[in-house]
Amino acid sequence: MGNKATRAAFGETLNELVADGYDVVAVEADLSKSTTTSTFQDAHPDRFFNAGIAEANMIDVAAGLAVTGKVAFTGSFAVFATGRAYDQVRNTVCYSDLNVKLAPTHSGITVGPDGGSHQMVEDLALMRVLPGMRVLVPADYNSAKSALRLAAAIPGPFYVRLGRASVPEVYAPDFEMELGRAYVLREGSDVTLFACGVMVVEALQAAELLAAESVSAEVIDIASVKPLDAETIIASARKTGRVVTCEEHSIIGGMGSAVAELLGETCPVPMRRVGVRDVFGTSGDPDELMAHFGLTASDIVVSARNVLA
Amino acid sequence: MAQTPDVGVIRSMAARMRLDIVEMIAEAGSGHPGGSLSAADIVAALYFGVMKHDAARPDWAERDRFVLSKGHAAPVLYSALAESGYIGREHLMTLRKLGSILQGHPDCKKVPGVEVSTGSLGQGLSIANGMALGLKLDGNPARVFCLLGDGELQEGQVWEAAMFAAHHGVDNLIAIVDHNGLQIDGSCTEVMCLGDVEAKFSAFGWKVISADGHDAEALVSAFKAAEGALGQGVPVVIVCGTTKGKGVSFMEGNAGWHGKAPSVDERERAVAELTAVIEKEAARG
Repeated sequence: MGNKATRAAFGETLNELVADGYDVVAVEADLSKSTTTSTFQDAHPDRFFNAGIAEANMIDVAAGLAVTGKVAFTGSFAVFATGRAYDQVRNTVCYSDLNVKLAPTHSGITVGPDGGSHQMVEDLALMRVLPGMRVLVPADYNSAKSALRLAAAIPGPFYVRLGRASVPEVYAPDFEMELGRAYVLREGSDVTLFACGVMVVEALQAAELLAAESVSAEVIDIASVKPLDAETIIASARKTGRVVTCEEHSIIGGMGSAVAELLGETCPVPMRRVGVRDVFGTSGDPDELMAHFGLTASDIVVSARNVLA
Repeated sequence: MAQTPDVGVIRSMAARMRLDIVEMIAEAGSGHPGGSLSAADIVAALYFGVMKHDAARPDWAERDRFVLSKGHAAPVLYSALAESGYIGREHLMTLRKLGSILQGHPDCKKVPGVEVSTGSLGQGLSIANGMALGLKLDGNPARVFCLLGDGELQEGQVWEAAMFAAHHGVDNLIAIVDHNGLQIDGSCTEVMCLGDVEAKFSAFGWKVISADGHDAEALVSAFKAAEGALGQGVPVVIVCGTTKGKGVSFMEGNAGWHGKAPSVDERERAVAELTAVIEKEAARG
């Protein structure tokens, strides 16, 4: 069980997709070594296009490639691919319903020392609100590979959120992610911890800590933030009656908001959201930042106690 | 070009398209007549002379592709698509109305023959680059034509795309600039001076051709020159000098007609002027 970053899956999986017969191309914006699309470039130089430091052009070149039938992946960092090129993602990719797969890396605060300008904690909000966009947040390297394969297999716009930091393995190498499905990783009866991305491991640790306090926590991976697995989420909320969402994202507009919207209409239960609390990131080591922003297992435990009180 | 385009056909189609544009926008009560009229001869040359396409087979793999980067000129495209047979003429008078396939800006999910939705300016050339590269990867001989407005050149993304096309040797792409000199807030020179458009593209590594965008003969020879320059590792642009509102005397050269529908009286005057041109072209033909 090796610790690997979700970004490490990107270039490798694109190579596998071509081997499997997918007509895959990739457009990058000068970050191929960081995103690992350089792995794809090395294997398939004719299918790789560097746009230079020009994210708007990157997205629309991918859109054009998709118009001609390609499965077009884009690289860059989450902050630039979604923020800087938002109009391109909205008005061209989504409005035309094109087969473009945004899989930017360096999402969230675990980017680390680069600081707040590069730590994207609003991307899920930006992507989730777009009609036709599907949003996946893999928890580990194996689920990232599966998320990328899933995005390639289903026509239309996808956002696959990848990260820079290494994360422990959660899923087996043969894991096959399904669109709109949440994964119950641990069953419990007192409180549900809904998590995504790097927070899945934290939520699993939190459940262990809570067990020591005789609190039975259910842990569910919301790998598919859009569409949500309403059935699984509602069933768990009904069962436990208490909910904590855990995400490496702003508490505004992300997975926690999506779950709140769903449960607010279907099964309102007491709820807490663990996430970045409406502030920008800051420089520091990823572990320090997880503690600084209150995203660790012990922070989840505090929120769980709070919602149970 | 499959065969030498018939200049007479281009002229008469452009005249008919201008009448469609005015009537569609008048009927809709809103829209963009100025930039649609300025592009009518260019679009007529493309659809009725230069581009290889077949309305009976909108998905024909080897069709030339057209991207209307200046999406607000949708009426000129819709008219060309109707005259070509992609859509029935009965749709034209539904422009901009609830339930119409003819949205205010082109929607590829609704209209056969529209390759990609446009409307947010500055994006078409990037999309055209991607399409051209995709066609090349497939060994497809089709070409991509992308029509830009001149005000649109103020978008930085156009120059990202210009740099990209030259760097990646996108040589199955012909960009066309409808250089009418006006934008919503006034003349381009006053609002945000474009400088020397030809020199800018040239500096970005493009082959640049200039043409009178209202002279069918000049357009045909410009496209012939552009096609002759394809396949040589360099993207090609035709900068067309045009007049905003061309063909309707009171709209010509007036920025106020960028995005305004004619009144009943103005429609009548415009229709009379444009009908006279159609009749003249018919007599000539």
